[in-house]
Amino acid sequence: MKKILSITIFTILLGMAGCKKDSEFLDVPPISVIPNDVAFSDPALVLSILGDLYNRQVDFSSLDNGWRSFADFSESFPSENGSYFLVTRTGWGYGEWAEWNYGYIRELNLFIQRDSASTALTDADKTAFMAEARFLRANYYFELVKRMGGVPLITSPLEYDPAKGDVSSIQIPRAKESDVYDFIISEAEAIKNQLPARADQKSRATKGAALAMEARAALYAGSIAKYGVATPQVSLPGGEVGIPAAKSAAYFTIALRAAQEIITGSAGAYKLYQSLPNLSENFATLFIDKSGVNLESIFVEDFRAGGAGRTHGFTINDQPYSFSDEGGDAGRLNPSLNLVQSFEKLDNTFAPIPSKDGAGNPIYYDNQEAIFAGRDARLAGTVLLPNGLFKGSRVDIWAGYLLADGSVFTSDEAGQLKKLPGTSVDVQVVGKDGPVNIEFRAQSGFYIRKYLDPTVGSGRRGRGSDVSFIRYRFGEVLLNAAEAAFELGQTAVAAGYINQVRARAGLTIPLTPAQITFDRIVNERRVELAFEGHTLYDKKRWRIAHIVWDGSPTGLPDLLSNLGSATKKSTQPWGLWPYKVHNPGNPNNGKWVFREVLPPVVSGTNRFQLGNYYSNINDDIISRNTKIIRQPNQ
Amino acid sequence: MKIKSYIILLALTSLLFACKKDNYDEPTSKLSGKLVYKGEAIGVETFQVPYELYQFGFGKVGPIGSSFAQDGSYSAVLFDGEYRLIIPNGQGPFIWKKTPGGSPDSMAISVKGNQVLDLDVTPYYMIKAPQIAASGGKANAAFKVEKIITDANAKNIENITLYINNTQFVSGGNNIGTATIAGSAITDPNNIVLSVTIPSITPAQNYVFARIGLKVAGVEDRIFSPLVKIQF
Repeated sequence: MKKILSITIFTILLGMAGCKKDSEFLDVPPISVIPNDVAFSDPALVLSILGDLYNRQVDFSSLDNGWRSFADFSESFPSENGSYFLVTRTGWGYGEWAEWNYGYIRELNLFIQRDSASTALTDADKTAFMAEARFLRANYYFELVKRMGGVPLITSPLEYDPAKGDVSSIQIPRAKESDVYDFIISEAEAIKNQLPARADQKSRATKGAALAMEARAALYAGSIAKYGVATPQVSLPGGEVGIPAAKSAAYFTIALRAAQEIITGSAGAYKLYQSLPNLSENFATLFIDKSGVNLESIFVEDFRAGGAGRTHGFTINDQPYSFSDEGGDAGRLNPSLNLVQSFEKLDNTFAPIPSKDGAGNPIYYDNQEAIFAGRDARLAGTVLLPNGLFKGSRVDIWAGYLLADGSVFTSDEAGQLKKLPGTSVDVQVVGKDGPVNIEFRAQSGFYIRKYLDPTVGSGRRGRGSDVSFIRYRFGEVLLNAAEAAFELGQTAVAAGYINQVRARAGLTIPLTPAQITFDRIVNERRVELAFEGHTLYDKKRWRIAHIVWDGSPTGLPDLLSNLGSATKKSTQPWGLWPYKVHNPGNPNNGKWVFREVLPPVVSGTNRFQLGNYYSNINDDIISRNTKIIRQPNQ
Repeated sequence: MKIKSYIILLALTSLLFACKKDNYDEPTSKLSGKLVYKGEAIGVETFQVPYELYQFGFGKVGPIGSSFAQDGSYSAVLFDGEYRLIIPNGQGPFIWKKTPGGSPDSMAISVKGNQVLDLDVTPYYMIKAPQIAASGGKANAAFKVEKIITDANAKNIENITLYINNTQFVSGGNNIGTATIAGSAITDPNNIVLSVTIPSITPAQNYVFARIGLKVAGVEDRIFSPLVKIQF
């Protein structure tokens, strides 16, 4: 009896559960996916979508791309066993630097479409979000056009209709290179007043960021138009690559106007970072200071240490070896002598780092810093020189003892103790940071200083560094304005802007308008913007990459001549090694001499071919969309 | 014991399966040849002048790409079939025929068994009668230069360089010594002389390889004379 009852109850219960409607039971809203109408109803949710789109911006060199993204082009030596290929290869493949992320562009387009379709957001929010997404899209197209030339210009999400089975409607041919630049410029103009004019907002788009992008893009387009004449082979008949020379003046005018809008303060109170009395210290701090004092950076990729943050390993990878927080993890990026010697002397002249006098005899220095004295303050702000100070310690860079007979007494192990000839006491015979030909030591005789984070813990893997990467900054805007003005023949205006940047670096003798030359502008950008991801793009747009990186070895005479020339050869990274003189009784005992050294690993040369000017569009892309035209010289 | 025998059985079975033929036979037809002008080989820099072979009818179209060796030769092992060969625009110190649209014209090749096919191209210049010999610690070269393209496409000589190297790969990127004469400094194209000091080589060897490379203004790749091994 009891049994029957329980079975009956069970059956009834089962029947009740089954009474639910099918649709009610099956249509459960997923909890892991937020539908569009919900996502675009709340500004906080929209911002989180936008945050992802910000994260996916692409930079050439970036702190989270890894240190190696800074290391090429003979501006530095890569001191890591796994990266010697940078200096043993004999050039770049045509596919190097290629970028083709139309998935990202589609998501930006979808964001813009959904944002404008939203009914729940306020108009002010909609406009602001839309402007930011349009900025990101234009900035990404800028990245594409720099690398690939004219690319398909897709500004709304493409829909494939399987019923038709025809893909030709979504196969978009490449736009002209000038069209892509025009698009970037017109987008910047359209959104600049919808973005906040705030100098304190760095990691999100602002009016300043839009104008800085516009100025740089117009400058690139102008110089491609002007200097592309020198390399007629690097062009396509349809204009997908190459811009007609007649357009150059118009682009330079736009670049100057956009830069001047920032300089005159209409986008916010941007100014050069000048807060520390020591000019080198000041220049290094510019890249580290994230406080409100820093009104120079305009648009950055930001990081934050601790819990929910995002950090990068630049300081871990590049901190000095001898006092690394992380044992064997250090010292990878070694700036080359090629770069070091391109910093001017304070009298505005160029000279090699003086290791020898006119007669070819070595010059003896009382201390290691003396050889670099009287130079552009940015040198010590960009490069950690021998005996340079970081985190309160001095880097120990010296290559050994130079004995009375001219021979070198050293060790191939950094910091090793040995007995000097004629003595019985062990002494250190080589610096703890090298230079020795071992990875992580300063094999060029220099370490990087730019971006190196002095915060405690920044060199530990567990924490990392949260120094931000500056994508656009006021110093570059001034240089862009100077270059555009120079190209338009307004040398007095150009001198005014370039001198502001130089004065901040301690070069207080102003350049006269007559002294502003193409070579000056090229060199100024090289030293001011070193390791900021400009090297390749600048050399490309001036069409001098195939001359500077011509594939022939850089001998010592090549290294020491033609300083300050835009087309100076730089195909192999040289180093400068300090030696301590050991010659008791001689007045030079204990002094320092320096020798130029080509690290023995450097067996390759940089060879930039005409086919490298625009990266290869791979065969997979071309076979999917046969309307895509191949790059020239490939 | 029992487990062991299972393992052995399993291993034997897997071997049996592995004996089965998989996939296709590898291609066997060799297509080879060299770049020529009127039967004379044109030297180029190794790995620097590419060519592309296309075969249609198998889904996506992508090239089978490779590059010419330094003596201008090429070879590819292919399946029998119809192919098309191009040399991409802007590559090589010669003119490759183009379509009216400006893209490189393709050359139809029907591969059936081994085949030698020389590619006729028109170089801007030819280095004629090169004589390279060593004397007095130097490599001395004497040669003539003949201008081949004289119509509207004609280009000037930017420079001519004599390269020497301790290995057989001799070019602008691989050399131990060079001597260069600028195109503007050439007075008599029928009598050009270049001379380069042979540096000391470690480990010592009593020979070097040499060849002459001619750079045409506005063209990236050099035209090279045949490789010479010189004793000293």
